[in-house]
Amino acid sequence: MNLPLFVHVLGAMLLVGTLFAIALATLIGWRRPDDAAGLTRFSLRTLFIGVLPSYILMRVGAQWTESEANFPEGFEPDWFTIGYITADAGALLIIISGTLSGIGLRKLQRGSGVGFGRAVGVISILLLVAYLVAVWAMTAKPT
Amino acid sequence: MDLYDWLLFLHVLSAFLVVGALTALWALVLGTKPAAPILSPESAMRFGRIAGGLIGAGMGGVLVFGIWLAIDVDGYELWDGWILASLVLWAVAGWAGGRSGQAFERDPIGGRRAGIRFQTVYSVVTLVILVLMIWKPGA
Repeated sequence: MNLPLFVHVLGAMLLVGTLFAIALATLIGWRRPDDAAGLTRFSLRTLFIGVLPSYILMRVGAQWTESEANFPEGFEPDWFTIGYITADAGALLIIISGTLSGIGLRKLQRGSGVGFGRAVGVISILLLVAYLVAVWAMTAKPT
Repeated sequence: MDLYDWLLFLHVLSAFLVVGALTALWALVLGTKPAAPILSPESAMRFGRIAGGLIGAGMGGVLVFGIWLAIDVDGYELWDGWILASLVLWAVAGWAGGRSGQAFERDPIGGRRAGIRFQTVYSVVTLVILVLMIWKPGA
């Protein structure tokens, strides 16, 4: 059994799932402004509890898979590069989202902060699109 | 991209849809704890219905593109042990997922325990399918 690949794929699936939860809660909150505060709190907590650990699992799995595969020196097909770009750009966006979530959760205690939740929701949608491309690259493996 | 690449992409994408929406449903379970619910019942119900619908779509995609792949790829046959086991587990997952959705839909508070129990069965079975898909024992 290819355990490193299993860890990588499971992490990626959990990452997509938690990002999807945030995106969906944001979209529902946009249509139900009376419940936006609760949905924003749900989104921002999901980021801390779900997205950050899933990303680490996915990234550790990716690195582990690469080290086990013993690719030749200079091995850099397009699908590999796409994977790295989406993972590293994703890390940056997740760090930004984490910062916005921290501020947003504090502001929610004072009755504001919905805007921070929406910003995190928009970033989550962007990440989902990027990971759709990554899934395509990992499966179709364009050279 | 040839047919195999498309089939594999759509099969894996469907699997991401299933596990992704299932993960979102677990987030919903945590966000609707009776002691301290974060979401209103209306928002939770809407969230659950959309995620549940996506699981159904993903389950369909996984099955159709998975069977198509097994037929298309020379090295695999539908009667390979790991593929047959996955098909049986897919049916078990579908049953458990359906029961979970019914329990939450019928009574989100009273049916919560049963809903979580069936969702747990669904999650464990899905995890085993994922292990089989990566391990491919006997292939």
